[in-house]
Amino acid sequence: MELDRHGLLSLYKTMTTIRHFEERGIPETGQRGMSASVHSSAGQEAVPTGMCANLSDDDYIGSTHRGHGHCIAKGVDPKLMMAELFGRATGPNKGKGGSMHISDMSKGMLGTNGVVGASIPLAVGAALTAKVKKNGKVAVAFFGDGASSQGVLHESMNLASIWKLPVIFLCENNGYAMSTPSEYGVSTTHVSDRAQGYDMPGINVDGMDVFAVYDASAQAVARARAGEGPTLIEAQTYRYYGHTVFDNPLTYRSQEEEDHWRARDPLKQFRDVVIPQGDITAEELDRLDAEAEALMEEAVKFADESPLPAPVELYDDVYVDYPVDMMKRGVNMSV
Amino acid sequence: MTTTLQTTGTREIQFREAINECLRQEMELDENVIIMGEEIAGGAGREEQGVEDAWGGPFRTTVGLIQQFGKDRVLDTPLSEAAFIGAAIGASSTGLRAVAELMFVDFIGVCMDQLVNNAAKMRYMFGGQVKVPFTMMTRIGAGFGAAAQHSESYYSIFSHFPGLKGVCPSDAYTAKGLLTACIRDDDPVVFFEHKGLYGISGPVPEEPYVLPLGKARTVREGTDVTLVGISKMTWTALAAAEELAKEGINCEVIDLLSVSPIDYDHINESVQKTHRLIVVDEDTPVCSMASEICSRVAEEVFDYLDAPPSRVTAPHTPVPYSRAMENEYMPNETRVINTVKKLLNL
Repeated sequence: MELDRHGLLSLYKTMTTIRHFEERGIPETGQRGMSASVHSSAGQEAVPTGMCANLSDDDYIGSTHRGHGHCIAKGVDPKLMMAELFGRATGPNKGKGGSMHISDMSKGMLGTNGVVGASIPLAVGAALTAKVKKNGKVAVAFFGDGASSQGVLHESMNLASIWKLPVIFLCENNGYAMSTPSEYGVSTTHVSDRAQGYDMPGINVDGMDVFAVYDASAQAVARARAGEGPTLIEAQTYRYYGHTVFDNPLTYRSQEEEDHWRARDPLKQFRDVVIPQGDITAEELDRLDAEAEALMEEAVKFADESPLPAPVELYDDVYVDYPVDMMKRGVNMSV
Repeated sequence: MTTTLQTTGTREIQFREAINECLRQEMELDENVIIMGEEIAGGAGREEQGVEDAWGGPFRTTVGLIQQFGKDRVLDTPLSEAAFIGAAIGASSTGLRAVAELMFVDFIGVCMDQLVNNAAKMRYMFGGQVKVPFTMMTRIGAGFGAAAQHSESYYSIFSHFPGLKGVCPSDAYTAKGLLTACIRDDDPVVFFEHKGLYGISGPVPEEPYVLPLGKARTVREGTDVTLVGISKMTWTALAAAEELAKEGINCEVIDLLSVSPIDYDHINESVQKTHRLIVVDEDTPVCSMASEICSRVAEEVFDYLDAPPSRVTAPHTPVPYSRAMENEYMPNETRVINTVKKLLNL
């Protein structure tokens, strides 16, 4: 790992921004009665942070229903994300997507996705574009341990391998698919073991350690850019909360288990490693935490003050070109 | 088939050749056009043994493409519809104009999620940030003793999904013009090829041309009843119309061509003249193109109708194997003639 001071601070800033977004944005969304389908990635910050630090805006990622962290790590503006969660016209998706579909094509963010595993072939397709156009871009498919059992992942890994596509399959194993433990749903010891079946490297890393994720990602991205094909990375991480804000995870896991993982918190681990090295102080990191907190205050304010979409906008962007009359003809709409 | 849309040109080629010519021309004109699918070249990976193009597609619609454009743009896929249809959608969202072939529409179940939840919805969910210029070519049609998993005509279900467009060409001319439109269109479109049309020849201009999506055409003018045909059923409707003409019954025949958007205005205009409607549709009848068109006509031009809007379709069964049953399953000329006479109280 070769990260300078700026690079290190940048990693921490991304992680604390994600943490603050989840801790503040999700309850604020709930208070506004917007959605039950909001999934917190608190606890998993090191994974998108370590990966996306190896990418530029020109590279692509495909994401999941638990995708706020992926968006922030890829550079999507948290203020705009908050507006999207609040269903405002100023969101990147103009209020048509919400938490499970946040996208920002200007940042190579191909969307969080509400169907488990569905974004994986989209990332493979983005990698195919890169290969055909020979533009040096790479794509990352983020998915969870639950999606590792979806057929489309296996088809996609096989396809990416035979075509040597510049794509990285990044499994965030947070231990649970809703309430189903990964040791029940995954036949192999590790998801990364499955790489062997598709003739690609399989790397298993500590997903609570941003440096471990960064190193594994750097290796996989270099391999992809060199035209050597895909890599499967499994990052062992932990979801601090339930599947959504409404379930109580203690119905399927223990307090001791939660305490064990929280003791390995990725932001705390970062501090424990970096501060003793002497180049970065606790105060600097505290300041980044405070900035993230202030950013969320600003984001909530921005979102609250943003206009709601006009109801008639529901007909926009279904297609590039299609008669609007056909969308509402004869069905007695009011707008 | 006579047509009001036919352009000049007397060269006759087959439906399958029209598709092939379109693909070749569009790939020549736009380097962002790629095509992928199972067996579209055939014998993939055997270049060292001299194999470039073992098949050129299961129905030879993609023959010769890999020799001209190479395997970076003509991609034989493994049997992984979810992955390659999804990858084609991802590629189309990031700068390419991908065409993917689903060998038979019956196989849609294994990749429907990618089409319905990604291709059809991405632009909408993303607030217009992305275009998905994706074309899925697929095959429909019974009549070959291929039984229930290789013979269905599932175009109606695709017309149900906002975000998708769909076309059903009926001859070589419409095949080339509509496929060109699909590839150049910035939205995802499904192109349905009826297996019973591949060998049919007709005049096709050599140069590329576009037939507009969403437009039906009148292929026979008449005054007594409007027959709307879809894909190969346009020929069935025309054959019935020719027979009925001998008895002095004058049918107007409309070739629907587009299943999304549907050209309701064109149909309404005809029904306002003939006062009777029969939709001839090879798909099954419940929640179908036929039921959709009948209900629209009933809603929109009710006062012009002299008889109930009617349908000649497949029954609500899977496609049977034995010809003894399959012949009865498919809408035919006799059923159309009988239905016309019923509406005319003859």
